[in-house]
Amino acid sequence: MRARLAALVLAVALAGAAAAAEVGQSALDKRAALLEQELRCLVCQNQTIADSNASLAQDLRREIREQLAKGASDQDVKDYMVARYGDFVLYRPPLRARTVLLWAGPFLLLALGAFFAWRRVTRRRAAEAELPADERARAAKLLE
Amino acid sequence: MSRGWIVGVFVALVGVLAVGLTLNPREVPSPLIGKPAPAFELPLLEAPAKRFSEKDMIGQVWVLNVWASWCPPCLQEHPVVTALAKDDPAPVIGLNYKDESANALAWLKRHGNPYRLVAQDLDGRIGIDYGVYGVPETYVIDRQGVIRYKHIGPMTPEVVRERIRPLVKELRGAG
Repeated sequence: MRARLAALVLAVALAGAAAAAEVGQSALDKRAALLEQELRCLVCQNQTIADSNASLAQDLRREIREQLAKGASDQDVKDYMVARYGDFVLYRPPLRARTVLLWAGPFLLLALGAFFAWRRVTRRRAAEAELPADERARAAKLLE
Repeated sequence: MSRGWIVGVFVALVGVLAVGLTLNPREVPSPLIGKPAPAFELPLLEAPAKRFSEKDMIGQVWVLNVWASWCPPCLQEHPVVTALAKDDPAPVIGLNYKDESANALAWLKRHGNPYRLVAQDLDGRIGIDYGVYGVPETYVIDRQGVIRYKHIGPMTPEVVRERIRPLVKELRGAG
């Protein structure tokens, strides 16, 4: 009876440990997967490391997992990649003097478009308002 | 909007796109330029018991050429590397990247070995440290062990003539 109880306790403890290890593993996997989707594969420039089958992408996936397992933060991994391949590896480039246009460009274009639209509308209104008196009289006659 | 405006915007757009067409999206500026060459100690391809480190080259201007026997552009580049090594403005060291020793040795035997020596990066880890992503790649490293230039893809005779030689000359001249 006692042996059986001990076996049961041991089994439960082992299962718990295995489950804990699994949770640890999957949390790391999740972080690695997120990072892999943020990093560009330079061999095939329009794919992320997660999507690419290039051998370099495989190596980098291995490297990312190893670094995370060693306790590196997500930022550490990104810094590691940027130090080697430059900002270009980041799918979300950092805001710097060189990249201001990249970030602000769409808003500038939107503002430009809004400006022209506004100007057009106000001009048309002005044109409507400035109908000469004789034409206005003719229009009024036609409308009667 | 007046017609002048539309033409102006169109011309500006054509200008921007024309400049874009002349750029090479594969030439990603390397963050390693101006930084110390990443440290390594690797076995030599032809004598794996011996090791080579980038520190062995301190005091000399040298060229590091990353290649592999499985890489067709490396074969295309091979005559250019050979000419550069023969002319010897600076020692050319090979970094054999993710290759098999037997294949690499056979490749050198068949096409000729232009390298002063070849270090072996079997698992590509040193390649990662050097930001290698498209073999062949070539680095010019100065006397202090700082990377001064990086060329991605096969070197052409023009690249050697217009970039690498003048830079090596300048670096050697600069004490």
